[in-house]
Amino acid sequence: MTGREPVLAAPRGVRVRRYLTRKVITYVLAFFVGATIDWGIPHLMPGNPVQLYLSKFQLQPGGYAALYKTMSEAFGTNLPLWDQYWHFWYGLVHGDLGVSIYDFPGRVTTLIFNAIPYTLALLVPAIILSYVLGNRLGAAAARRKYLDNTVLPAGYVFQAIPYPWLALALPFLLGEVWHVFPISGPYDQTLLPTLSWTFVSSLLYHWFLPFLTVFIVSLGGWAIGMRNLVIYELENDSSRYMRALGAKERVIRRYAYRSASLPQLSGLALQLGVVVGGNIVTEIAFHYPGLGLLIYNAIQDEDYFLLQGIFIFIIIGVLLANFIIDLVYISVDPRTRLSMQGAPA
Amino acid sequence: MRRNMKAMNAKWATTRAIRWGAAAVAAALTLATASACTSSSSSGSPKTSTAPSASSSAALSGFPRSETLYTSGTAYAPPTIWNPFDLGNFATGTQGLVYEPLFLYDPVKNQYDPWLASNGSWSGSTYTIGVRNGVKWSDGTALTGADVAYSINLAMTNKSDPYNSNVSTVKSATANGNTVTVTFTSEPGFSEWQDYLWKAPVVPQHIWSKLSATQQITAANANPVGTGPMLLAAHNPTEVAYKDNPSWWAVSQLGLKFKFKYLVDVVNGSNNVELSALTAGQVDWSNNFLPGVNELVSGLNGNAGYGLKTFYSSSPYMLPANTVWLEPNTTKAPMNNVNFRKAMAYAINPQQLVSVVYGGLTQPAGPTGLLPNLKPFMDQSMISKYGFSYNQALAKQYLAKSGYHGQSLTLEVPTGWTDWMAGIQVISQDLAAVGIKVAPTFPQYASRTADLTNGSYDLALDNNAQLDSTPWSYFQRVYALPIAKQQTAQLNWERFSSPADWALVQQAGTTPLSDTAKLSTIYSQLEKDFLQQLPQIPVWFNGAWFQGNTKYWTHYAASGTSNENTPVMWGGYLGAMTTVYALASLAPAPAPKP
Repeated sequence: MTGREPVLAAPRGVRVRRYLTRKVITYVLAFFVGATIDWGIPHLMPGNPVQLYLSKFQLQPGGYAALYKTMSEAFGTNLPLWDQYWHFWYGLVHGDLGVSIYDFPGRVTTLIFNAIPYTLALLVPAIILSYVLGNRLGAAAARRKYLDNTVLPAGYVFQAIPYPWLALALPFLLGEVWHVFPISGPYDQTLLPTLSWTFVSSLLYHWFLPFLTVFIVSLGGWAIGMRNLVIYELENDSSRYMRALGAKERVIRRYAYRSASLPQLSGLALQLGVVVGGNIVTEIAFHYPGLGLLIYNAIQDEDYFLLQGIFIFIIIGVLLANFIIDLVYISVDPRTRLSMQGAPA
Repeated sequence: MRRNMKAMNAKWATTRAIRWGAAAVAAALTLATASACTSSSSSGSPKTSTAPSASSSAALSGFPRSETLYTSGTAYAPPTIWNPFDLGNFATGTQGLVYEPLFLYDPVKNQYDPWLASNGSWSGSTYTIGVRNGVKWSDGTALTGADVAYSINLAMTNKSDPYNSNVSTVKSATANGNTVTVTFTSEPGFSEWQDYLWKAPVVPQHIWSKLSATQQITAANANPVGTGPMLLAAHNPTEVAYKDNPSWWAVSQLGLKFKFKYLVDVVNGSNNVELSALTAGQVDWSNNFLPGVNELVSGLNGNAGYGLKTFYSSSPYMLPANTVWLEPNTTKAPMNNVNFRKAMAYAINPQQLVSVVYGGLTQPAGPTGLLPNLKPFMDQSMISKYGFSYNQALAKQYLAKSGYHGQSLTLEVPTGWTDWMAGIQVISQDLAAVGIKVAPTFPQYASRTADLTNGSYDLALDNNAQLDSTPWSYFQRVYALPIAKQQTAQLNWERFSSPADWALVQQAGTTPLSDTAKLSTIYSQLEKDFLQQLPQIPVWFNGAWFQGNTKYWTHYAASGTSNENTPVMWGGYLGAMTTVYALASLAPAPAPKP
């Protein structure tokens, strides 16, 4: 105990600050390395985006050379590599990610910010709702035979469905055959974005089916994982010890659920982190104009700048989500808090 | 013990504080991220979701379905640019609905219709354009000869103007009132100038002259001022919308009037999305290639209940748009041997390919690969004498003397071009049947295009030769010299060197189109050489894909009616060929079905 006194003596705020500083430095470093790789891969790859862009023009040889020069200047590819790298960071710091090739002369940031709301509105509710409901279902299944016999097989089926198949089957049934839901686009194409009930309801109507497919496939995974974890926790030594002490089964279950939540939470963090990458298959299948569709289009047109820009957002998203989960861990896992105070975890 | 309890309590207090503190920071961070996203998106949206022209008019919240024509099949990226010189990216309708050319070319009747020009004629090496009277730019300024002369001079002086090479032999263009005199060098490039007349936009001098040279070609021009039938109304990442231009000159001068008030072009989704949007009547006019649409057009009781129309009511359903060549790399053995190329030509059965891959939605190419509208330039006796057709026995004979000894060759098409991917499967089977080993490969479009540009391929499919009003650009694509290390202009990708034929192509380019006798001689010689050398092997015609749904609009362009126009919104068609007539012919469906 004596050896730990100095640590304990440090004020609370200092310890938290020290912990956060360490984390922030790690994240800043990770961002720097990530962004550099993100910039480097397309730029060091063979191939020439300007040449590809101009191949759409069907130009005569004379005009080609002149337009090639103009476009190289527009995209900044005429500069030496180190200069492009410097411009990349300069732009990044000033919030400018350059001009898109796929959607010239659209700005990369504009394209991304137009797409982000759709992706977040689609994936965040789907992930959170499937997490909450899946965990509850899994935990319930772990202790009730009849639930285990129904929820578990259903969970396996949902989890095993190839997503592209589900993304074809559901719209086919609900859209083409029964005409319950529209199958493409973010809202009815006869409308323009306005703050009216007609528009918002159309937005929700078009949102539901893509949301449902993502929700269904994630639900099964969470439920199965939680069921197994809870069964394990209910059988381990700490639960037995509590049982031997005469604790109520309800209390034991509550503790088991909390312990079992931790690995699930890490999984949630990973999913939320890459959420800004969009869901490429969903967004293509439903023609939903989020970041996934944007990534797909950027790859099709070898739009380095757009891809680079989206990946910057993914990097930020992953780091931010990890940071938030680190903090959440402190709040939900007593062992993390104790280790911060110097006690053995 | 007591001391310990105290320590324990202190520890718990610390823990709780850290716990809630951390939770609070986490929540704050999450909120901050979310609000950062929303605030940035809302500050970004006014720039892109509504055009400046729309914000000045009464707030538009949507498009009444019965007054709106929905089109698709042209745009693959969110509309962001209305500059008619950015041929790679301009929003659908920029050329044709907003900006217009001097003439239109009608590929069905093979004639030129005066458009912003009311007439034009050659006299020696001078071309005189009579600019149409009574045409107004959408900002109220009158169109004058000065605007036309300015547009021609822009192409001459701004090297980045995509029509720069069309005016390579122009010395000067001067306006006097509404008459523009274009003076050429002693050897005018008649063919390239003719292309300028129906392909290039006329832009307003009072706007373009204020832009820098780079801006003239690359500016977004989000508030376009044109002479055309429609005005930009709104745009967002999934569509661009135009509204009726009430003061369009052709209403009074040609009696053309669009019966729809709005035209909305939707950015393309995947094939299944496009097909269901068309059959559900969300899209009226589709220029997508929709495999199997022939089943819906000619299926049960005529139209399987979908009310879909195509240009022809039976095979080939579609007008031809360009020629698909089997492109051999003629710098490599065995493709450098003419007998090997002939062996391939005789081995392929295009009729079978068209019916297996396309279900008859298009047609096999003739031996020269020239599109049917160029019939006046085709020398039928030459074609029947030297032309090839599917014949396995002959293919084997040619193969025997070709120096081919069983090596495996690659045949590439871009991945995702599903019809072409199926097409080269058929072709490689046909070739295998006579003993030529070909492995189909599917690189990314970019890498396939780089292979062709750099000459690092064996065989490929290519459709660079687009529908045109003379065979000149077709033969230019086949024979252009010199051959550079990188063939960036997409000419002569097969790298075939024949200086005599290139001289003929240049000669054709500098022959007046009125001198039909001389042109016939030149093209006849070129056709003969083409068939004897087979630098390219024409296989089939890609279609000008069009299908219209009659739920809200009828009288789509169709063969055998008075409306034999090109129903195509693609760049190079709308605002160059007869798409505008096809749009003006549309009439509302009598009673919209529920």
